Amino acid sequence: MSKIKSLEDLMKIKEKALRDLQLRETDKRGKITVAMGTCGIAAGAKDTLKAIVEALNENNINDVSVVQSGCMGLCEVEPTVEVRLEGQEPVVYGHVTPENAKRIVKLHIMSSQVVTDLLVRKGEI
Amino acid sequence: MPLAATTILICAGGACISAGEESVKQALEKEIEKYALGDVVRVVETGCMGACSLGPLMVIYPEGVFYQKLTPQAAKKIVEEHILKGRIVKEYLYKMPTGEAVPEAVEKLPFFARQVKIATRNVGYIDPLNIEEYIARDGYFALAKVLKQMSPEQVIEEVKKSGLRGRGGAGFPTGLKWELTRKSQGDKKYIVCNADEGDPGAFMDRSVLEGDPHTILEAMAIGGFAIGANQGYIYVRAEYPLAIERLNIAISQAKEYGFLGEKIMGSDFSFHIEIRIGAGAFVCGEETALIASIEGKRGQPRVKPPYPAQSGVWGRPTVINNVETLACIPPIITKGADWFRSIGTEKSPGTKVFALAGKITNTGLVEVPMGITLKELLYEIGGGSSTGKKIKAVQTGGPSGGCIPSEYFDTPVDYESLQKLGAIMGSGGMIVMDEDDCMVDVARFFLEFTVDESCGKCTPCREGTKQMLKILDKITAGEGAEEDLQELENLATVIKDTSLCGLGQTAPNPVLSTLRYYHNEYEAHVKEKRCPSLKCKQLIRYVIDSSKCVGCTACARVCPVNAISGEVRKVHQIDNEVCIRCGSCIEVCRFGAISKVSP
Repeated sequence: MSKIKSLEDLMKIKEKALRDLQLRETDKRGKITVAMGTCGIAAGAKDTLKAIVEALNENNINDVSVVQSGCMGLCEVEPTVEVRLEGQEPVVYGHVTPENAKRIVKLHIMSSQVVTDLLVRKGEI
Repeated sequence: MPLAATTILICAGGACISAGEESVKQALEKEIEKYALGDVVRVVETGCMGACSLGPLMVIYPEGVFYQKLTPQAAKKIVEEHILKGRIVKEYLYKMPTGEAVPEAVEKLPFFARQVKIATRNVGYIDPLNIEEYIARDGYFALAKVLKQMSPEQVIEEVKKSGLRGRGGAGFPTGLKWELTRKSQGDKKYIVCNADEGDPGAFMDRSVLEGDPHTILEAMAIGGFAIGANQGYIYVRAEYPLAIERLNIAISQAKEYGFLGEKIMGSDFSFHIEIRIGAGAFVCGEETALIASIEGKRGQPRVKPPYPAQSGVWGRPTVINNVETLACIPPIITKGADWFRSIGTEKSPGTKVFALAGKITNTGLVEVPMGITLKELLYEIGGGSSTGKKIKAVQTGGPSGGCIPSEYFDTPVDYESLQKLGAIMGSGGMIVMDEDDCMVDVARFFLEFTVDESCGKCTPCREGTKQMLKILDKITAGEGAEEDLQELENLATVIKDTSLCGLGQTAPNPVLSTLRYYHNEYEAHVKEKRCPSLKCKQLIRYVIDSSKCVGCTACARVCPVNAISGEVRKVHQIDNEVCIRCGSCIEVCRFGAISKVSP
């Protein structure tokens, strides 16, 4: 660690560390839920979860929280992921491999486009 | 490090550690590893979250779910259910008196939501061992601002304008103290952090040191710059090993980042901090005794003046500030004096941290704006009595303070209002008493403490408090005479007026305030040889109600001195000559047949 000499140095550390702290806020723009039932985990939901977290991290998105849930009853299309953004209908995606997860972050989270080829269901149940 | 999806903040304050936090954390980590969730779940140990009676506890983000009274089994279940499946584990949630579970307790409970955090803003929220988390919360920005944009005079002016007063209890204006020390002549100057917190039941300073050590380092560097000191000492008691450990880690991190050491942040200002560990004498919280102790001498006070601002450590001008006072400095610099003044009252701006203890539902630490009433503090935030009996009084300021009866609970909490009632703000300990507490016994308890802790240098404190204790012992034993009450008052006045230091000058306060508000209880002890609260052992007897006793023999079996006799299925008797009034029999009797009476 080189010694801090200026306000800019300090600001840089603040911005870097702030991303960690923002995870401790409860008011978020949206929520991505990864179904982690036995079926989901068997189909690779853990890797999906990691891919989502990484994609959010790479793109500096910290106003969307990632949570886990149990099986949502769509075992045949696991791994499944639900995306809820403020003011929009919830969307459930199926067959979310790590690559597909990255597409969801890029398209849905970053530019509010539904990824139609993965779409399972739209709207409240 | 990859960004986590879930952050678990687990409280690693002293109380939670004692309650088993470490084993909970180990279980958490083991389970997280088992499910290979290490990349997406981050466990952070924080300082004290304040709700000590609920520990060990943790908060899971982003949901903000608060779990309490945890065990390793609970940790396992929470990982399996909450972390993995997103299902809240109800059994470890906080429950309202109505039985309703509250997952987002941190946001919704009055205990948390009504607090305004300045001194403890980071405690329980950041990892105290991680300097970058402190920086993320604007840490060291105040120091940067001071060094880059302000002159020492401007810093002092800002602190003066904020109206900040010493949180150690006396309430001396901090800015004025700094100004006096700056203006004093001396080739070297010192700033000392007084972390010799010793009042029974008070632990806010420990909590700040353990939970946010960097704020003290930053504030001391700012103070050093303002008064012209290049050396600081933190005087912390040896009974706080965790605080000392975390301070040492924080000091080495601050050196590494260049916030302590030579030419800080490219300026001409150099500043060093050393830790001095106290050896357990209460009197060393008094500033002149503290100075003697830092110098390696016996911790005894001396006559003032000269005040430390003129002649302190090694005879040089010295500022001594309490931990909580210092913790308010960085936000005052970054947010400004006007912001600070907008909280609290005209004469007592800002907030105060209180340690709630005794017969109150929510024991622990709370930081509230000055001027809040005792009623709001004790009932809305504290949750009222924990015993179901009426709260009778609250004792503020520890052995230097006094008791405030419930009739005065509309009083706003500030330095002047409490003083008017014969109590003091003190360091912020609040001990709540209900109808089972005898006020004579309470006064005796505190006096016993000061007799123990009197350093013995001056006669009024050494001999006077001892004589007062002797009289109180007599009274609680039922051997007091009416003249004793007058004698107590006389002694108290003399000790107050003639003692050398604050310890002796305030030692009679618990007696004086109880004499003032609970004279009837003293009279009952003296005239009727009766203890109305049924507390003083020598004035009560245990009796068995023959209409309720079924002769189950439970009491006779539990009595440690065989004072209870009787045949099976026949009414038992207690021999009060033998009985030691331990109360075990009352606890085991399922028929409510045993009670205390006085006389």
